[in-house]
Amino acid sequence: MPFVSPEIFAKQIIASVQDYSILSWRAVANLFSRPRYWADIYTQMDSIGVGSMPIVVLTGFFTGCVLALQSATSLQAFGSVSLTGNLVALSMVKELGPVLTGLMVSGRNASGMASEIGSMKVTEQIDAMRALGTDPVRKLVTPRLYATVFMLFFLTVVSDAVGIAGGALVSVTLMGLNASSYFHNSYRALQYGDVVQGLTKPLFSGFIIATVGCYFGMTTKGGTQGVGKATTQAVVYSSVFIIIVDFIVSRAMIGIFGR
Amino acid sequence: MPADIAPGDVSQTQQSPSSADPVVVFEDVSITFDVKPVLQNISFTVYRGETRIILGPAGGGKSVLMKLANGLIRPDSGTIRVFGEDVTRMRETDLFKLRARIGMVFQESALFDSLSVEDNVAYRLHEDRVPDEEAHKRVIEALQFVELENTIEKFPSELSGGMRRRVSIARAIIAKPDLILYDSPTGGLDPITSTTIIDLVIKQRDVSHTTSLLITHRLQDAFLLARNRFNQQTGKIEPIPNGGIDDSTKFLVLNEGHVVFDGNTHELVHTNDPWLKEYLS
Repeated sequence: MPFVSPEIFAKQIIASVQDYSILSWRAVANLFSRPRYWADIYTQMDSIGVGSMPIVVLTGFFTGCVLALQSATSLQAFGSVSLTGNLVALSMVKELGPVLTGLMVSGRNASGMASEIGSMKVTEQIDAMRALGTDPVRKLVTPRLYATVFMLFFLTVVSDAVGIAGGALVSVTLMGLNASSYFHNSYRALQYGDVVQGLTKPLFSGFIIATVGCYFGMTTKGGTQGVGKATTQAVVYSSVFIIIVDFIVSRAMIGIFGR
Repeated sequence: MPADIAPGDVSQTQQSPSSADPVVVFEDVSITFDVKPVLQNISFTVYRGETRIILGPAGGGKSVLMKLANGLIRPDSGTIRVFGEDVTRMRETDLFKLRARIGMVFQESALFDSLSVEDNVAYRLHEDRVPDEEAHKRVIEALQFVELENTIEKFPSELSGGMRRRVSIARAIIAKPDLILYDSPTGGLDPITSTTIIDLVIKQRDVSHTTSLLITHRLQDAFLLARNRFNQQTGKIEPIPNGGIDDSTKFLVLNEGHVVFDGNTHELVHTNDPWLKEYLS
């Protein structure tokens, strides 16, 4: 990698942040003016939402299972194994459901967006689209953005549900807990603020996945090697941003709801 | 180089619909990528009905010039007017409207690989909400023009390089543009397929009299364009009688980012510029 002066490096970073911000703003604003590509939005919803369902279900379910298994060991020391349901439900809904779903969808879709759009970029298909009078941001980025935000919300709900179910399976079959008591404790543990916190996070994660994936796709340079680099960067940056924003949203929600 | 184009042959030129309306005007245009100047102080004018062939060695900035003409990139300095509008200062949203009048054939075809040939060719019609039945009819017409109507249901990956280039031409002409930009339409193709593509360009020139810019590395393609015409009675390409040349076909030669020649076929073949003589030989 060639060495660049700190000044040039800083300018490159600022230019990238500027380009990312402009792309994100245009992607959001495009829905409020014509033309709107509803068919592309539905196609992306199917690809991102339905297509990610198997990995989200598997990840959520086994996270719930392992959470119950691990927490039971610690809770046993205090004679509170019956609180396993509380712990699994709170952990899944507030933190693990949104974050793990975000990371899984990021791995699957941010990479997919970067490689798909990046390939179009290096084969001049993006230029061809512009030459044919279509705004590529409106046609490619906006549908992916709204589809990801919308579907990640529901994928998180599914992940939370199967996570709690996985915890129930382990608690009942391996630890001999009463199923009714597990679900009752889970339900009682969750308060309004917890659910709001857990369902706010995927909105931010969805935004990050789509905008970061599309940004690296739209700025791909240098042929197939560039597509590979863009794909890797999209997954790395979106995953890191998801975790950073998760912390910020958690802190803000604790400030608002007090828990 | 066709040395057989004698000075007297100019009188045998084909009548063209050229008028004094400039369609593309470059005024002192320069652009630099990183630190390398790609185009420097480029000025030329393309008039209505003219076919301007852009020649020059690889890396001379020809494709950049084509993208500048379509507003896909902006120059560092200078002015580019297309249909009288300054594309260097237009907003992207306004450029989309202007591009409705421009068809572009890309170097590597740039067909949308996830769409069928029909959807690729009809792309602009679908964007304009043209009814499906009419769009299908016009796709058939455009594909018949490039003699590929049997590929309508195929995908770009199922086509050869030459077929992809012809589909790209069909996509460019379907909306009956007032200006067509051909970016190396014969690049990377074998001589026979290249001739097929050039025949289509000649056909488009002589049937629709559309103003066009065409980049080529092959001198034989350039002179094929200058010395042949489409006979609408026979439906075939034939040499212009008595060794004549098409006076709507003009040349622009670029070398290392500079214009080294701007003129007609006769002036090109009788140039005294040593570099140009060597390039043409």
